[in-house]
Amino acid sequence: MRIMAHKMSVTAAFFILFSGLSSYAQESHIGSLTGKAKHGKALYQRYCIFCHGPQGDGNGESAPYLDPKPRDFTKATFKCRSTPSGDLPLDSDLYDTITRGVHASGMPSWRPLLRQERADLVAYIKTFSPRFQEEQPVAPIQIPPEPATSAESVKRGGQLFQSMNCGLCHGKEGRGNGPSAASLTDTRGYPIRPFDLTSGTRLKCGDSEAGIFRDLTTGLDGTPMPSFASALKPDQIWDLVHYIATLRAAAKLADKR
Amino acid sequence: MKTRYLLLALVTVLAVVSSGRWLANAVAADTSAQSVSGVVKFEGTAPKPTQINMSTDPNCKSSSPATTEDVVVGANDSLEGVVVYVADGLGDRTFQPPAQPAVLEQKGCQYRPHVVALQANQKLNVVNSDATTHNIHPSPANNRESNTIQPPGVPLELSFAREEIAIPVKCNVHPWMRGYIAVFKHPYFAVTGKDGSFELKDLPPGSYTITAWHGKLGTQSQKVTVSAGQSQKLEFAFK
Repeated sequence: MRIMAHKMSVTAAFFILFSGLSSYAQESHIGSLTGKAKHGKALYQRYCIFCHGPQGDGNGESAPYLDPKPRDFTKATFKCRSTPSGDLPLDSDLYDTITRGVHASGMPSWRPLLRQERADLVAYIKTFSPRFQEEQPVAPIQIPPEPATSAESVKRGGQLFQSMNCGLCHGKEGRGNGPSAASLTDTRGYPIRPFDLTSGTRLKCGDSEAGIFRDLTTGLDGTPMPSFASALKPDQIWDLVHYIATLRAAAKLADKR
Repeated sequence: MKTRYLLLALVTVLAVVSSGRWLANAVAADTSAQSVSGVVKFEGTAPKPTQINMSTDPNCKSSSPATTEDVVVGANDSLEGVVVYVADGLGDRTFQPPAQPAVLEQKGCQYRPHVVALQANQKLNVVNSDATTHNIHPSPANNRESNTIQPPGVPLELSFAREEIAIPVKCNVHPWMRGYIAVFKHPYFAVTGKDGSFELKDLPPGSYTITAWHGKLGTQSQKVTVSAGQSQKLEFAFK
């Protein structure tokens, strides 16, 4: 009887742990905010459903008219993350994307919504994929302090741009017109354009220099853009960032003329 | 009181499941040297491989002209790059992944081999032997996607947690580079080489469904029964 009681308590502990985990997956935690999926659902059905669809699979009514296609939340594959390639995003990554919007796509900035509402939306979006319940959250990548840019750093970055074959997709001058550009598709098979790095200051996942460092380190999952985390040292990634910044600056100057 | 019965039922189910697994492992230990082997053939006129234009990257140029590897037919109509494996019949036996990693090499801006097979959670050693930078981008349906840049000589290790036949892998930088990674939860698989032959070694006695998978030509299955100390021959033919 005592053994049975022990077994029961162990099972009960599992039960509590499991239900605890699943309820955790129904929530989002961004700073001091706690988002609730049940509140996010109503917001989703009002604001998001037309593109991302009732099942969250990116097949909403407007989806056929959009390029790039709305995100399929059931795969839990996200471009803009602070976590390594293939890992789930942090809650704050999803919150930032909702807040910022995604440049050069149909995704607008949802800054007009309350911070609490955006947090609730994050919680609800996470319910579309079981991965958020099955996988442990991972630590974000580290972004070391940016060394000051210099002519040497830009030069080294330019050499890396060439040796890393960035130009085969992004083009020799970063205009998004490399020889492999036309062949690119996302993981759902839709054609996708490599970013025109000269097109201005706005980038898909945030415009800061640290943001470019992060994108190069994590890669943009679901797209052909790979992670450079295992191939380059942080200093080399900063060199590449400094070089990419010159492509953007050149475009800015051209715009002013 | 009701919840107590529910918990008791849960415990019982858990106990039965775990003891069943233990039994299965005990049976799996009783193996002798029987195998299933054979060849895979291609029937009809083999499609001509087309030449690949690698001019966008001068570092990709190899001594011999590279051709597509979608369907590779050798002498005697043998079909290369077919994965032959046990699709059913192993019950709920579980297998540890081997310590030795599988190897996928990028050479002459093509994947060597075109189809690589390994066990779930076995390490896949990805090697870049070219003088150019590749990105290695598997697009799984049932595993974690990853996309990593790999300059010459930099080591890279991948692994896949779940069975999947097969994961397409590509290099976005060099769009002609296409290959497959087949992942199994057991060690009974083989990929046909130039002579189209395969051998599934050390199968425990039993009845099995053996499946042959080809990236372009689809799958075929046959049933086979192996008894202790007796080996079986099979032939597959794709059109």
